[in-house]
Amino acid sequence: MVKFQKKKITYEILKSFPIILLFVSVLNELDLNYLNFKYFSFNFPFILVFYFSLKKSDSLGYGFIFIAGLFNDAVNGLPIGLSSLSYLLVCGFAAYLRNITLRPDLIKDWLFFLMTICVTNSLIYFLIVVFFKVNLNYLDYIFNILFTFLFYIIFAYFFDIYQRFVFKKEND
Amino acid sequence: MQPSRDDFVIAIRSAFLSKSAQQRFSLLLLIFFSLVLISLSKFNFKGIDYIRMSFKEVAYRSSFIVSIPEKYIKIGYYSLMDHLQLYKNYQETKLELEILKSKELNNKYIIAENLRLKETIEEIKFSTEDIYAKVLLDKNSPFLKSFIINKGSRQKIKLGMAVLNKGYLVGKVVEVNFLTSRVLLLTDLNSKIPVNIEPGAIQSIMSGTGSDNGKIQYFKDQKNISEENIVYTSGAGGVFKSGIPIGKIELDENKNIQVNFFTDFSQLRYVKISLYEALN
Repeated sequence: MVKFQKKKITYEILKSFPIILLFVSVLNELDLNYLNFKYFSFNFPFILVFYFSLKKSDSLGYGFIFIAGLFNDAVNGLPIGLSSLSYLLVCGFAAYLRNITLRPDLIKDWLFFLMTICVTNSLIYFLIVVFFKVNLNYLDYIFNILFTFLFYIIFAYFFDIYQRFVFKKEND
Repeated sequence: MQPSRDDFVIAIRSAFLSKSAQQRFSLLLLIFFSLVLISLSKFNFKGIDYIRMSFKEVAYRSSFIVSIPEKYIKIGYYSLMDHLQLYKNYQETKLELEILKSKELNNKYIIAENLRLKETIEEIKFSTEDIYAKVLLDKNSPFLKSFIINKGSRQKIKLGMAVLNKGYLVGKVVEVNFLTSRVLLLTDLNSKIPVNIEPGAIQSIMSGTGSDNGKIQYFKDQKNISEENIVYTSGAGGVFKSGIPIGKIELDENKNIQVNFFTDFSQLRYVKISLYEALN
């Protein structure tokens, strides 16, 4: 009985892994900025939110994503609501792709992810610069998009392994 | 088969409006709520200011706890780098020490002379209130150069206070919460500080570049400025006391004037926050 309960708790923790990872990443900003590589930065929450909204939509609740965005804004000093909006837009794009996809293909997902982050980041850039009148380095944003796009395929590989390990199946 | 316009509309509607069994909120509702929050942030709606402030307190404290493992990795990385450069640093420090020793004697004389002259011309004297704070979060984000300290309005931190590290200016307080505050670094694109370039007493404005150095703006003749000139706060505008050292002038390949800061902003652990007030 105790063994069964322990197994259940472990499974629940493993099942909640995407949510835990999302909150750790927004609170801790897993972006290796301290390496001080010029222009190097990437948006890990975008990768996480897009992947799990696309492949396992019940892993991340929209409410949690919204709250994670608020935490990210507080930590980064952005106007409250901006990151939530961007994460939810990424969710929307992923949900749209899930609805129109019959045969999933990693490369197509990857290219759609590029389009998603380009649109979302453009909107956020516009809101920050025009609406809030804060200066931002455009080049930093471009490189952030580029590295986020490049890292997607690597993280997608690891998330696939996680899914196979926990849910014993590919995806939705 | 070509997807028709109807298919597109159905897919969009399904993605944004319908909520699956596992989701408690619809995506469109939350997007709408985010837009409301953004608008309230823009127009500084008073009612949500307190909620926002308490939310930030929770976020900063949780972020501090969550960042602990990464902080250790970061410290390990820097100490490894320091070890690798130990011999080179030793040689450079030895040379610097010799030069500093000879300069120190001159400085003592100049400081004494300066104090005497200031008394003669009755220049305003400043009283300084110092508060020491620990850096809670330093994300080194490429988009916003700032960090969070563990002192807030409870410890009498006020907006615009100067933040120093080992006597060098590093930034100013731009956001004050009850127990925490945010410091905008000199390197941030939105940082603008009135400065004095010595020798020559050239008045100018230094702004951040978003990278590791600063930029000098608004001056008449570039010829008067050369490498190794030192940048100090000018005290214009009354935000900071004059004469706080900031950095050294450097010219890049295109002869653009840049400021190489004395402080390494990635290594800040403890800072001093000072409020300068003129004595009558």
